[in-house]
Formats: sequence, C-alpha cells, structure tokens
Amino acid sequence: MDLITLTKDNFNNQLQEEDKPLLVDFWASWCGPCRMLSPIVDELAAEMSDSVRVGKVNIDENPELAEQFGVMSIPTLILFKDGEVVAQSVGVQPKADLITMIEENSK
Amino acid sequence: MEDILIIGGGPAGYTAALYCARANLKTTLIEKMAPGGQMGTTDQIDNYPGFPEGINGFDLALQMQKGAERFGTQTIFADVKELDLQGSIKKAITSNGVVEAKAVILATGADPRELGLANERSLRGKGVSYCATCDGMFYRNKTVAIVGGGDTAAADAVYLAKIAKKVYLIHRRDTLRASKSYLKPLESAENVEFVWNSEVKEILAEQKVSSIRIFNRVDETESELAVDGLFVAVGNIPNTDLFKGQIELDKSGYSTADETTKTNIDGVYAIGDLRAKPLRQIVTAASDGAVAAYCAEEYVAQLDK
Repeated sequence: MDLITLTKDNFNNQLQEEDKPLLVDFWASWCGPCRMLSPIVDELAAEMSDSVRVGKVNIDENPELAEQFGVMSIPTLILFKDGEVVAQSVGVQPKADLITMIEENSK
Repeated sequence: MEDILIIGGGPAGYTAALYCARANLKTTLIEKMAPGGQMGTTDQIDNYPGFPEGINGFDLALQMQKGAERFGTQTIFADVKELDLQGSIKKAITSNGVVEAKAVILATGADPRELGLANERSLRGKGVSYCATCDGMFYRNKTVAIVGGGDTAAADAVYLAKIAKKVYLIHRRDTLRASKSYLKPLESAENVEFVWNSEVKEILAEQKVSSIRIFNRVDETESELAVDGLFVAVGNIPNTDLFKGQIELDKSGYSTADETTKTNIDGVYAIGDLRAKPLRQIVTAASDGAVAAYCAEEYVAQLDK
C-alpha cells in the first residue's frame, strides 16, 4: 500500500478516518538521519500494510504539525491509534525495534 | 559459506567490502540500520578527497555501498545478536538467520556518548539532542547549551549561533580541544557565551527541557541556566559490546588492533572508529578497510591451500 504524504490540510482527516494505527515519519530533506531512516519506513509500509498505515510529514512544509506534536528532533516516528499518540521513537532505529514498537502498540 | 563477513556498513565496512569483493572473495556485509553509520548522519562532508564541493554523508554512503555491490558484495540488513569468532569457521547469529564465514571484519563503529544523566534518554527529542544539524532549526531564536570541547561541539556551536538567540558552550576545562578553524567564528559570534570549567549536573524539565544545573569545578559552585535545548557533543563510545571477551579491548572499549587491523584472533580484523588510533575520520576508516581486506585475503588464501 502507498505511503501517505501528510500535510496540515489532510492530517486530521487521515487520523480520524483511519481504522488501522497510523505511523507518521517526521522528516526533512536536509536531515541525514532522516534519509537513513526513510527506506526502513518504506519497507515497514510495504511489509506491514495489513496492520499499519504509514505517512510522512515534511516538517519544512508543515512546521505546524511538528509543533502540534512536540517534535523537536528529527527523524521522529509517532504511532497513532484511534487518533491518540500511543508510541514515539526518536532517531534512526533498527527495523526490528520498530516492528516491535508497532506490534506492541497495535493490539 | 562466505569467504568474508563484514559487520557494519559505514565507510570502513564498505571499503573492506569493495576490496574483498574486487579480489574475488565471496563477501557479505551485515548492517543494522542503513549504510553510512555516523557518516550517513553528516550533512556536508568537506574532508574526504575527490569532492571539491563537498558531499552529503548519506549520498557518499550510498555510493560506497554501490561500489562494493558492483563487485558482488551482498548486503544483509539485520541485527547481529551473537558472534562466535573462535575456530576456523566464524559464525554470526543475526535477527535474519546465521551467517558463516572464513574471516570476519569488525566495523561496528561508534555512537555519540551520552552525559549519563538520569532523565537524559527520556528527554531525547524533548530538548536533548545529539545532532545539531538535524535539530538546530527547532531552536530558532531560542536559547541552547552545547556540552563538549572538541570539534563536534565547536562545529555545533558555530552552526547553532546562526539560528538560536543565545548559545552557551559548556566545557569541563578552560580551553577548547577543537581545531583552530572553529575558534575565530566562535569568538566573534556575539551570541555565544563560554561556560568554562563546568559540568552539567542535572537537566530540569516538565514536558521538555527548561533549564540545566551547572557545577563549576574550579570555584565549586552550582548555578542554573535557563535553556530550551541541550546539545550533547562529548565524544563517542565504540560499539564493541558484541565481541567483548573475544577481542582484546582497551579500557575505553576500543579494539587494540594495530595498523594491520589484526586482532588477537586469527582471521578476525577490527577497522574504523572502533579501533584505538589517533585520528578517526572517513578517510582513516576507509584506509583500515583496505588494509583489513588485504590481510584477510592473505589469511583466506592460506586456509584454502
């Protein structure tokens, strides 16, 4: 399933309408660790499409969203379930750890 | 079975992979996260030759990976749980199966050192950062402190001084260890204040960092600084826990392998930032990789005789 490009205009809708948990990657093009994490997030989106939806927020284009969720370090991944923040991870993380984070918080 | 197993996909690992694969050795490289290691997190690299305009660290990492794979290197993305380096067949137990090889090249690199304060980890992403170029822009017109006295701390201070309203540079001693090229811009920046002979004792925070408690080592007084962000640049810590007890390490955890990169175990080599050496740079990591490949090739040829 495709990655969702999240913006300040579609974020709330996406969050409300999504019945699966939503994993959001806050990133920027100039951030090296974000570029390292990005292919891992892409793989999660492809491999876990049954259990989670994945979206990306470019914080340069959507500073409001970064501010709203208190993102002060990128890359940050935030997992939402039923519209609420249930887990968060900062920095580049091994794929296995992220899978665990998603599985443990999606139940 | 592989001829060569390389653990870690930074510049050391991928240079070793390039040389091994190009020498027709069956080569597999295991990387935990993404190619590049610490290099991959660096925005602009100006001190690796061949790139007169500089190059982005992650771009360079992808180029190094491609170069090694062109000659047949296989990359596996997995976490190595256990390493068995004794004996003539070396074994890596990973999150993605077991890999066996005749020789192993250790290139697991280093990570930024933490201050070791109680709430430091829980405040990561809430005001505590280890990457000024990543997180600097969240502190536009705010007040930040940087801890450290080396090149990274000084470079971070120069960078943050352009964004933040006020920058405190906190260092244990009364002079910086950083190279002179950073000193001028730091001293001329009006919003940079040096806090000498001082250590951070405590991070105060509610939802996010609000201030830090500083201890002055000379007059033994404590004070509080109101800051929005704390950037930690106090050096690195080698990722050698995985083979502690098998490979000889010094008291700081670095491999004691010399310029030949040979460790105390035959057929096992230690390269890059995890090796005790005077200068840890991309170019010295790459150099280690080439030397290890040369020695490993010789070792494997002996075995196969």
